[in-house]
Amino acid sequence: MKTYENTGNKDTRSGFGAGLTELGKTNENVVALCADLIGSLKMDEFKANHPERFFQVGIAEANMIGIAAGITIGGKIPFTGTFANFSTGRVYDQIRQSVAYSGKNVKICASHAGITLGEDGATHQILEDIGLMKMLPGMTVINTCDYNQTKAATLAIAEHNGPVYLRFGRPKVANFTPVDHNFQIGKAVQLTEGTDVTIVATGHLVWEALEASKTLNEQGISAEVINIHTIKPLDDEAILKSVGKTGCVITAEEHNYLGGLGESVSRVLVKNNPVPQEFVATNDTFGESGTPAQLMDKYGLNAKAIVEASKKVISRK
Amino acid sequence: MSNTIKLQDLTTQVRRDILRMVHKVNSGHPGGSLGCAEFFVALYQEIMKRKDHFSMDGIGEDLFFLSNGHISPVYYSVLARSGYFPVDELNTFRLIDSRLQGHPTTHEGLPGIRIASGSLGQGMSVAIGAAEAKKLNGDAHLIYSLHGDGELQEGQNWEAIMYASAKKVDNLISTIDLNGKQIDGATDDVLPMGSIKAKFEAFGWIVITIKEGNNIDAILKGMTEAKSQTGKGQPVCVLLETEMGNGVDFMMHTHAWHGKAPNDEQLEIALSQNAETLGDY
Repeated sequence: MKTYENTGNKDTRSGFGAGLTELGKTNENVVALCADLIGSLKMDEFKANHPERFFQVGIAEANMIGIAAGITIGGKIPFTGTFANFSTGRVYDQIRQSVAYSGKNVKICASHAGITLGEDGATHQILEDIGLMKMLPGMTVINTCDYNQTKAATLAIAEHNGPVYLRFGRPKVANFTPVDHNFQIGKAVQLTEGTDVTIVATGHLVWEALEASKTLNEQGISAEVINIHTIKPLDDEAILKSVGKTGCVITAEEHNYLGGLGESVSRVLVKNNPVPQEFVATNDTFGESGTPAQLMDKYGLNAKAIVEASKKVISRK
Repeated sequence: MSNTIKLQDLTTQVRRDILRMVHKVNSGHPGGSLGCAEFFVALYQEIMKRKDHFSMDGIGEDLFFLSNGHISPVYYSVLARSGYFPVDELNTFRLIDSRLQGHPTTHEGLPGIRIASGSLGQGMSVAIGAAEAKKLNGDAHLIYSLHGDGELQEGQNWEAIMYASAKKVDNLISTIDLNGKQIDGATDDVLPMGSIKAKFEAFGWIVITIKEGNNIDAILKGMTEAKSQTGKGQPVCVLLETEMGNGVDFMMHTHAWHGKAPNDEQLEIALSQNAETLGDY
């Protein structure tokens, strides 16, 4: 079984910051906007290097999205930065009309997504954003798993013409994907080969899926782990190819099971190859305060939960 | 023929277009459209420096953003009669498969439109973004926008108004259609906003009032003055005092025609008050 080395815990938001810093140097059309969260979004370096291309809009997310839509008119590529909650639910209609429907080349970059935001609690822990954003026609939705992948995705979305939602997080987590790899939007990454169960994971749950696959392997269960960084457009082909072999699937995400990756995978399965599926996701609930590890455990979003779900789904084959 | 008469003739024709468009589909918003006919004609014929060929990026020309998208009839008519698309296409307003959607959109590729609008309160932010792009591109041309007065009840406007002065967006002229009416009645009855002039001034804008917002010469004078106030470190607001339903006697002095189309008989009366000038589409 292929194994992956954690080269040292890092936060995905710092991957975004590093990507943005690089874009500042390589693409003069890239501009950045922030709603009073420069430090949290790791946008400091871009701001210091390119003050003329950096727009501090204050605590006014609706205005930020509108300015981002407008600044594309003239050829700029805006990257907006705030927490995932304020990047989506708070400004949904602004994104819908001024960005998505208007077909504007805006990159909505959202940190502190999901329950691992931790102690701030449910007001800030959005678990509905993937659903909100994937529903918008023309919107690309990406949820990256580690520092390296987030940096690579940040670079890749600048080259993609169209609105993108890039979702990442706050805590320091395992960094295991290759440095400066070529990120392909919409192309799943198969991490391990297996025959008994497919684990389709996104974001912070990808490392947990790898950990789970090790435990399963020790117990004689062969798991195929797929990193779905792009939830829309979904790599249907990669999912179908894998379940064609394993005959069952786990979806794992730091998001409500309603509207998330799991439902997107279900749609693909039911139309093509209806095999048993189990959801590792939050169960239509808000989060709460706690450490990220405590919350991931309480809400069933870790390797342990993936192992249990895998055994259950295999028993349903 | 003097320039004013030429513009007045075009305005009359635009009024006919508006009335015929909304009548045909028995829907749409004639009141605010009629009230802003002179403004649109003055803007597109005289005030804005425009290129003949439409490009989304609009480099090297002035740009306009309509925030109160429901007055699409006047926008479409003036765009068509300014050469952006065939005047005949006004026939397709609000019909299936049309580029002339109920509210303006870029989605169907209609030349002249750079942003979707209709869900209110978003246009000023977009205009600010376009103004910032002009500055980054070293493009000295101006950004114009239009907003309803009732629309100012949407909070996003005040985020934008605050930003524009704080960040010295001085290549922006935002006009407020001050007709004092909205769907449910007079703005003073629905949600009194006090002095809009005082509010913009308090937020650090230069404010210019056009008292006769349905008089072409007054609009040209006021907008020329507005242009002269750009580039001075402050955004410019024009308060355009208009009469909703202007040019059709029974549509004036009421909010009743905000979003209602005339029937056959009403159309005939309305058109009789606005004799054909440049030819109907």
